[in-house]
Amino acid sequence: MITLTHFLIVSACLFCIGLYAVLAKRNAILILIGIEFMINAAILNLVAFGRYDKLVYGGQIFALFAIVLAAAAVAVGLAIILNVYQHYKSINPDDITDLRD
Amino acid sequence: MELIIFYIFSAIVLTAGLLVVSLRNTARALFLFFVVLFAMAGLFIFALADFIAITQIMVYVGGVLILMIFAFMLSNKELLADLQNASGKFLSLPNWQSILLSIGFLVVMVYSIMDWQSVDQPNWITTNIQNNQIIKSTDNTIEQLGIKFMTQFLLPFEVISIFLLAALIGAAHLSRREGNP
Repeated sequence: MITLTHFLIVSACLFCIGLYAVLAKRNAILILIGIEFMINAAILNLVAFGRYDKLVYGGQIFALFAIVLAAAAVAVGLAIILNVYQHYKSINPDDITDLRD
Repeated sequence: MELIIFYIFSAIVLTAGLLVVSLRNTARALFLFFVVLFAMAGLFIFALADFIAITQIMVYVGGVLILMIFAFMLSNKELLADLQNASGKFLSLPNWQSILLSIGFLVVMVYSIMDWQSVDQPNWITTNIQNNQIIKSTDNTIEQLGIKFMTQFLLPFEVISIFLLAALIGAAHLSRREGNP
């Protein structure tokens, strides 16, 4: 029997991997992947709790909303990364120091 | 049996995730991200959320991953730098501050999960188990989700569709070149 704790431990590990990617990477695309890992860990938690909620289905519906929000965030974020690359010729966040040109 | 397959899927998720953050070559990391997302869809099925798993595969693998590969290929100076770096070392050197912070966070979370589990479950979970209101593997969740989306969650559904439209128009506008429209 798979209990709630199994899901929670797996998603905690995945969240920490994402946190490490956000903190340590020097490539904006990999930082975005780290954010996706964290969102996926949160979705796994929502789905695991939503299993005990047959009346409202709140967990699964909110998980769908979270997937849509993550997709929108990735679309906008990658557009911004491409613009920054055209301007700075680099996608290392350490190089991007000016707010305006 | 069920538990063994669950452990296999979670092992795939965690090893592929660790490889994504430790590989030097960004192209390889992107394709391993694909493996992580597929295995996450498998874990969603174990939580009896089959529609979420299908949506995960369609949205992430069909949309997000393609976008990421596009952005990676278009920023091709980084691609060349990564390919040249990859010849020397296979794994990138981790910096210890980030490792320390993430492991500390992991310890805090695992400790609090264990602590929470030993006390008791939340009240709504115990009452739902007593009233037999938990989702079973024979239930038709997709039909229920459709009904809920069209009745109880109609307003958030419409709001999020407008939001998605706005975000995609914004992304298209941002990635447009300035000089020649």
